[in-house]
Amino acid sequence: MIGGLFIYNHKGEVLISRVYRDDIGRNAVDAFRVNVIHARQQVRSPVTNIARTSFFHVKRSNIWLAAVTKQNVNAAMVFEFLYKMCDVMTAYFGKISEENIKNNFVLIYELLDEILDFGYPQNSETGALKTFITQQGIKGQTKEEQSQITSQVTGQIGWRREGIKYRRNELFLDVLESVNLLMSPQGQVLSAHVSGRVVMKSYLSGMPECKFGMNDKIVIDKQGKGGTTDEAAGKSSGKQSIAIDDCTFHQCVRLSKFDSERSISFIPPDGEYELMRYRTTKDIILPFRVIPLVREVGRTKLEVKVVIKSNFKPSLLAQKIEVRIPTPLNTSGVQVICMKGKAKYKASENAIVWKIKRMAGMKESQISAEIELLPTNDKKKWARPPISMNFEVPFAPSGLKVRYLKVFESKLNYSDHDVIKWVRYIGRSGIYETRC
Amino acid sequence: MPAVSKGDGMRGLAVFISDIRNCKSKEAEIKRINKELANIRSKFKGDKALDGYSKKKYVCKLLFIFLLGHDIDFGHMEAVNLLSSNKYTEKQIGYLFISVLVNSNSELIRLINNAIKNDLSSRNPTFMCLALHCIANVGSREMAEAFAGEIPRILVAGDTMDSVKQSAALCLLRLYKTSPDLVLMGEWTSRVVHLLNDQHMGVVTAAISLITCLSQKNPDEFKTCVSLAVSRLSRIVSSASTDLQDYTYYFVPAPWLSCKLLRLLQCYPPPEDGAVKGRLVECLETILNKAQEPPKSKKVQHSNAKNAILFEAISLIIHYDSEPNLLVRACNQLGQFLQHRETNLRYLALESMCTLASSEFSHEAVKTHIETVINALKTERDVSVRQRAADLLYAMCDRSNAKQIVAEMLSYLETADYSIREEMVLKVAILAEKYAVDYSWYVDTILNLIRIAGDYVSEEVWYRVIQIVINRDDVQGYAAKTVFEALQAPACHENMVKVGGYILGEFGNLIAGDPRSSPLVQFNLLHSKFHLCSVPTRALLLSAYIKFINLFPETKSTIQEVLRSDSQIRNSDVELQQRAVEYLKLSSIASTDVLATVLEEMPPFPERESSILAKLKKKKGPGAVSVNELEEGKREGELNGGGERGDNSGISASNASTPSPSADLLGLRTVPPVSAAAPSAGSLLVDVFSEAGVNDDGFLRDMEPPTESSDSLLAEGSGDSDSAPPSAVSEDPAPPLPESNELLNKFVCKNNGVLFENQLLQIGIKSEYRQNLGRMYLFYGNKTSVQFVTFTTTVTCPGELQSQLNVQTKIVEPLIEGGAQVQQVINIECLTDFLDAPLLNIKFRYGGALQNLTLKLPVTINKFFQPTEMASHDFFQRWKQLSQPQQEAQKIFKANHAMDTEVLKAKLLGLGMALLENVDPNPENFVCAGVIQTKAQQVGSLLRLEPNAQAQMYRLTLRSSKDTVSQRLCELLAEQF
Repeated sequence: MIGGLFIYNHKGEVLISRVYRDDIGRNAVDAFRVNVIHARQQVRSPVTNIARTSFFHVKRSNIWLAAVTKQNVNAAMVFEFLYKMCDVMTAYFGKISEENIKNNFVLIYELLDEILDFGYPQNSETGALKTFITQQGIKGQTKEEQSQITSQVTGQIGWRREGIKYRRNELFLDVLESVNLLMSPQGQVLSAHVSGRVVMKSYLSGMPECKFGMNDKIVIDKQGKGGTTDEAAGKSSGKQSIAIDDCTFHQCVRLSKFDSERSISFIPPDGEYELMRYRTTKDIILPFRVIPLVREVGRTKLEVKVVIKSNFKPSLLAQKIEVRIPTPLNTSGVQVICMKGKAKYKASENAIVWKIKRMAGMKESQISAEIELLPTNDKKKWARPPISMNFEVPFAPSGLKVRYLKVFESKLNYSDHDVIKWVRYIGRSGIYETRC
Repeated sequence: MPAVSKGDGMRGLAVFISDIRNCKSKEAEIKRINKELANIRSKFKGDKALDGYSKKKYVCKLLFIFLLGHDIDFGHMEAVNLLSSNKYTEKQIGYLFISVLVNSNSELIRLINNAIKNDLSSRNPTFMCLALHCIANVGSREMAEAFAGEIPRILVAGDTMDSVKQSAALCLLRLYKTSPDLVLMGEWTSRVVHLLNDQHMGVVTAAISLITCLSQKNPDEFKTCVSLAVSRLSRIVSSASTDLQDYTYYFVPAPWLSCKLLRLLQCYPPPEDGAVKGRLVECLETILNKAQEPPKSKKVQHSNAKNAILFEAISLIIHYDSEPNLLVRACNQLGQFLQHRETNLRYLALESMCTLASSEFSHEAVKTHIETVINALKTERDVSVRQRAADLLYAMCDRSNAKQIVAEMLSYLETADYSIREEMVLKVAILAEKYAVDYSWYVDTILNLIRIAGDYVSEEVWYRVIQIVINRDDVQGYAAKTVFEALQAPACHENMVKVGGYILGEFGNLIAGDPRSSPLVQFNLLHSKFHLCSVPTRALLLSAYIKFINLFPETKSTIQEVLRSDSQIRNSDVELQQRAVEYLKLSSIASTDVLATVLEEMPPFPERESSILAKLKKKKGPGAVSVNELEEGKREGELNGGGERGDNSGISASNASTPSPSADLLGLRTVPPVSAAAPSAGSLLVDVFSEAGVNDDGFLRDMEPPTESSDSLLAEGSGDSDSAPPSAVSEDPAPPLPESNELLNKFVCKNNGVLFENQLLQIGIKSEYRQNLGRMYLFYGNKTSVQFVTFTTTVTCPGELQSQLNVQTKIVEPLIEGGAQVQQVINIECLTDFLDAPLLNIKFRYGGALQNLTLKLPVTINKFFQPTEMASHDFFQRWKQLSQPQQEAQKIFKANHAMDTEVLKAKLLGLGMALLENVDPNPENFVCAGVIQTKAQQVGSLLRLEPNAQAQMYRLTLRSSKDTVSQRLCELLAEQF
């Protein structure tokens, strides 16, 4: 169990220090600072063990969050908690920065008291927290309201309170995916996977029951076999069904139903939340193909040519495209010519950065650069780091499709048809690299 | 030196550094540095030549980046270019970069060396100094190679500036320290020595460091420096404080130079020339006199400088050790410091006095300060000073003050720091023994020691007190009485119980007359401690009880009752249980006469060096030992009054080689029919006389086979003794065990197993062979709980085997902890066929007793067999080819084991040959074929084994291309079936 939680600024000064258990002494704060923040070698491992005490840290811009324990805890649980904690803080005061933390430290201690009790994580659902931890100060809550909060927080459906009413019942669903790739110079895929999230915003009255369906291979196959739905649809969607490697759900999803019927049914929290997370590795649509060409001209010159090809429907537009071409450490000058967008040599990052605002599908573009090198007495050869790429496309590279999202509310008189539903797909690049 | 003027400051550099300092995170810093590096690269790449200023600035930035911990792989060229600049600042930055970032790029080194050479030959003293500093800072071998010849010339040249000479001397010193073989002084020696006469004090100071270092290596060549140093010293010492101007430090003339001169003189014996010596003595006297003068300044620097010279002078006086007058004066001077306010001074005074105490001239003088030192021990706040005080007390102790000092040390022990307690205990024990006039005092002291600091009393200390009590008739009664009294304390240390148990067991009868210490009272007293003690102590107490039965027959029933109780006879510890069982039997079966002989009083021990002293020496490390030995040697003649210590080395050596009968504690040898004492029981008691060198296996071997009176347990115990190693304790390798041939035969057909086992040691073996090469893993397991020390193994090939086998061993760890196992790898190469087996000799000390055993390594010729499969007709064809009479060896012999076909097959396969099926017309018979691979040749061998089940006989026929091989294989195999 977590023994204590510290938040440091970039200098290693403690901003927040909350100790939950007696086995964590005062010196633990300094131990982390000395051994991790100020360590001579950059500490890469998120878990550090110092004098039989484990430190789990995550870094948000210049802020370090460290959870400390002397016990043998579930490390994944601790990190899940730390990320949740970041989410909660962001939900309350926006960006996690030194200034924001300093301005909200009372709030943070209040939150910490609520979401972590004697080192055991508690309800960290932002929606639920916001009902009783407010920044406005204590408004005269009636007894009724207070007891309502209590019953909600301690009840079975802790994430939604009763009696919510909207004039317009609306539902927003975003499929956010990040596609990761490592490709050989010859265009062979060395590794690729997509990690995706389904994020929802729901503004629904009462206690609705929702059902979410997608083109998951298992479900489609099952339906195809059972023959319950019309065969034509089964066939057509069967082709596009995707194999999900693994997935996790928000706590509102009834796992027993998922296990037995593979159907995702839930009573949604009010507002924004992440319904599920998933990962796929098969049949990934790679939105871009990078073709590198590097030629060494003598010891003091290097010619680089990079072609990128967009590989999706011409009607769609990719945005925020950025190609990062690493340059050798002894680069003394760079000349770049590109057909589209802007390219610049960034010395501080040892890379040529090529930016294109928009690009339609099935197009290609090219950049060529001449890199001048300074002869060094170092015999080490340049390691040629991969060319990396960033982009955003309006479809899901995993091929995931939302088939339906049904809302049932028996008590109030609105039906599935009355709910306005919005679905959006965004595919982003994760680590999208091509070796050169 | 021209200072860096304001206008010359590099703004770009300052901006860059402040940028870096303002970076909020490591990443930001790296970004900034990358940007700067790219900028510098583009500047260096640029076609237009950079001016000196910007070159200097960029090189400076690179240096700064490097010092932040980033790699720099360019810019060396620019830095080298800076070396040839005429501006001081540019040259300086260039040299700075080179000395921090030098790399062994040959081309660059050549350029650098060239630039340095130019600067050295320039007439500009600052440039010369810069170059010399660079050489010294780099100090690499390459530098030494290039400049070792040049620098002495600069050093002694008449027209060199003083500041350059200083740098040159120190630079040469540095080169000499890194590569002494390259710095050859030869022709320069006398001129370097004459630098001591230089006008400039700075040059002298620098030169003297060099001379001191050089003269330590070859003192004879620099002998002439002594008189020069003395005259220089006397000039400084006699000068007024104002004479030396720049070199006067807080009213003390040239303190550093004086110290260095005095230290140089410490490299040589006292000067033989009377005049020089007189002058030196005069100097030393002046220094001592000056110490008495009132200080000219209250500043701490003044007294520090003065005292530094004084301590160096005293070290020199101690080093000469020939001027009684000076020694006594030095001692008195130090005596004054003993009470000084400064902790450092007190520490140094005590330390110097320690060495003074060992000089015969000043020993008495040191003794006069005993009260002060004792006071220091008691009241000093600083632990390191207390430690020194204790050392000094130890050093100044002799017969006259031993009682006082020992008493003081004992009383100090109660409050001493934990870190020095063990050493203190050893010191007290040694002093008490060395200067004991009457032994009752000695016994009192040691018992007190155990009482006060029992935890820190090592085994050696209480072994020693028992040795002495047993060897001295006159103290035995007193010892028994004192021990008895000491044991009456409600809580006493386990070591005290051990001593008490041992002494009462031996000499309890001497105090039995007193009704207050009647036998039963004694026994009850001992037994009341029994349950609180650890297993070894309990075992010792059980031995004491059995001795009680002999001393006082009236306690027999009580003691038997105790031994019979479940907590003894069924004790979960095998050692205790065995003792209880055996002692109980011994007491009930043996007659009083037998008992009296078995449990006779211990005979006296041979005199030898105190093991405590050895322990102290070990503890203090090599540095301190020399002091100790010095002191030993000096005292031996005049002060040694204890009569306890003889000629150390001689006696201990003779002890080691002659097993002393006295080591057999219970006197078992004299009583053949009774085999008492458990095998490993000896480990505890015998340890007491660790160096006597007899182990329990030894005495087990001496026992006769058990009589009908001993129970089965004992029978098993003595059965083991067959395999016990002979306890020949000489340092020569023991002759091979009688059973080693048998052991060898065990391994003819198998490669892995236990080679040897006795009570102490188990040797496991694992081996693999391929063609003519073999590798053997030996596993030495320590079966006891005591560590084996100086464990060595050697493998020898006797006689002509040397030319037949090539055996390489890896060295094993000399220490095997109790219960631990170590592994040794032996590589074997078979050069040609051989008969004998290599010998493995193992030597180690178990609790001080040398164990020495020799085994045959199971390497037999058949290990190098390579199986050959062949068809029936091939086999017979070859069989016929080998038909000459000397090629065949045949043996008909009786079966030793049951004639099981499968077992036989397994054995033949283990032999290494291929077992050929369906070859021999008679299915009962076995035929095998194989080739012995040696480096020199290959020997094909064929085998035929014909069992006769009715007669339980075998006929074994072997044919091979070499007659000796056939013979040997036949011999080996005949033992197997």
